[in-house]
Amino acid sequence: MSALFARVVAHRLFWPVVMLLVLFTINLIAFPGFFTVTIRDGHLFGSLIDILRNGAPTLIIAIGMTLVIATRGIDLSVGAVCAISGAVACSIILGSPTPGSLSTVAVAVTVAMLIALVLGMWNGFLVAVVGVQPIIATLILMTAGRGIAMLITEGQILTVNSPPFKFLGSGFWFGIPIAVIIAAVVFAVAALVTRRTALGMFIESVGINPEASRQAGVRARGLLFVVYTFSAFCAAIAGLILTANTAAADANNTGLFIELDAILAVVIGGTSLAGGRYSLVGTLVGALVIQTLVTTVYTVGIPPIATMVFKAAVVTAVCLLQSPTTAEALRGFRQRLAIRAGKGVAAS
Amino acid sequence: MTNLLEAPQQPKLPAGPGTPSTRRLGATIRNLMTSPKYGPVIVTAVLFIAVFVIGGVRYRGFFSGQVFLNLLVDNSYLIVLAVGMTFVILTGGIDLSVGAVVALSGMIAASLLQTGWSPSVVIPLILVLTSVLGLLVGLMIHVFKVQPFIATLAAMFLARGLCYMVSQSSISITDPVFVSLAQTRIPLGGILSITPSVIIALVVVAIAVWVLHATRFGRTVYAIGAGEQSGLLMGLPVARTKVLVYVISGFCSGLAGVLFTFYTLSGYPLTAIGTELDAIAAVVIGGTLLTGGYGFVLGSVLGVLVLGVIQTIITFEGTLSSWWTRIFIGALLLVFIILQKVLTARRR
Repeated sequence: MSALFARVVAHRLFWPVVMLLVLFTINLIAFPGFFTVTIRDGHLFGSLIDILRNGAPTLIIAIGMTLVIATRGIDLSVGAVCAISGAVACSIILGSPTPGSLSTVAVAVTVAMLIALVLGMWNGFLVAVVGVQPIIATLILMTAGRGIAMLITEGQILTVNSPPFKFLGSGFWFGIPIAVIIAAVVFAVAALVTRRTALGMFIESVGINPEASRQAGVRARGLLFVVYTFSAFCAAIAGLILTANTAAADANNTGLFIELDAILAVVIGGTSLAGGRYSLVGTLVGALVIQTLVTTVYTVGIPPIATMVFKAAVVTAVCLLQSPTTAEALRGFRQRLAIRAGKGVAAS
Repeated sequence: MTNLLEAPQQPKLPAGPGTPSTRRLGATIRNLMTSPKYGPVIVTAVLFIAVFVIGGVRYRGFFSGQVFLNLLVDNSYLIVLAVGMTFVILTGGIDLSVGAVVALSGMIAASLLQTGWSPSVVIPLILVLTSVLGLLVGLMIHVFKVQPFIATLAAMFLARGLCYMVSQSSISITDPVFVSLAQTRIPLGGILSITPSVIIALVVVAIAVWVLHATRFGRTVYAIGAGEQSGLLMGLPVARTKVLVYVISGFCSGLAGVLFTFYTLSGYPLTAIGTELDAIAAVVIGGTLLTGGYGFVLGSVLGVLVLGVIQTIITFEGTLSSWWTRIFIGALLLVFIILQKVLTARRR
């Protein structure tokens, strides 16, 4: 029994899941109808659905970020890529004579995604070919990216009136929000492609030691390229969802701080920033923790402005609990307990 | 140690294009230019002079002492921030919390002064609080082995959240001491003048130069950046130093926040968003290696001046929108990072 308990506690998803359950409980106490999901107009409604829907952009970016972090990298530019993809899509839709037609939206979305892919390849080029530290390589695009987005929108907030585009952000399909479906598809694809093939293992090996994995025949350079491009691709999807949700491209505020939320989701999910090991399920839990935290702040009635303080508290708590120092201390404590228990048995 | 410091400034003039020089001097210059230690700083200095001259040629009234002094006046807080950031980056760390801490100290100052506290209490209180925040971050990084990126990110969320808790709107400062410090101009002969903030910033720079180059603490900072393990084996106080650099950064952020309130005479929770990026960019452009070990405080000051002069040129140009600043900063970052890469690669 205690062995099982010890194994559960030692699992890297233990603390994040506990955190999520604690947040759920707080919500349930503050708002008894928290878990109820009702069907209204053929759509699913409820707090849980809201959490999933609002958390979808963060989750999508966090999935790309997980793979980047697994290679011992980081991608700070995702927020800027969000803003750029939203700005590109909106300016194309605004510029076309038929903003409401499906083909216009399809073109806008495709062009936005292609531009994001180019930006991702740029990051990959800096990291893999030039050999710049990831944090700095992506810092360049993070700094310049919002400027570029501003250039595209000419400093305006572009408001579009296009039902197909709006559908992307706030539509439903079989009663489930489109954003959630997109997030689920991205998650499933990422999980299948990296875990059902050797790709995930290669990514982890690059994270552990790029030189050794290169000598073992893993094409580290190409992998880094793919991973950063995928991250930008995810960021573009999230950016389009965010933009479509408000039907407006705001170069300054679309995806502001989302890179930080995504990195937090990854870290809370137990993926080490030192690379070499990742868990997509962990990232899912992490993203849910962050979004549930935001919702909790609302339901409990704390002023929403305090959200950031709570985020800081959760990050600190999870980081400290996952820290090797804490694990060491806990192990020491458990051993002392065991010794004491052993002595007790011997004495009796 | 002091003449080492001045060395990068001396070859500035002969390094100009097309100057014939003796072979020995040429070799010395080439050595300096290609050294990872001095190369980037010299390039930054040359770039600063070049940009300033280009501005002087293009715009009437640009080539004046006051335009140069205004660079210091407008960026005194950024200079102080960059000094703190230099210490952190020299050890191979990073501090993302500085922008939020600047905003927080502005909010504390504004709200306490509004309730009638004396500035002689408020300013030391801010400096102590921000230093304590830095201490907590340092302990989290050192004792709990949390990555600097995540620990300072948590501090950033905390500081920004506390800003909102203090007030959600702008608080103006009417305290006579603050107003007089904001409006005092110290004449430097003729029409030239500076503000008290500039003197404070320059004093901070002088102290930082002395600490880094003439004390054991400073040498330990460089040693940690060059190799933490070696530092430990040499018996250097690695733990204490690693925590202290974050305290210094916290202190500098607090001081920068005070200088910033002298500049704006108000506290606003959304102020200084993205300032951490400016500070990091200034440090990188100033030639500090992001992996730690190489770099100068004076280089970071030069970096701030380069950012400032770009902003001034964009103001003088008039037709260029302000978001070009960010694109230019991004481009500059790119150039300097690749330069660092090339210089360090050649040395190996």
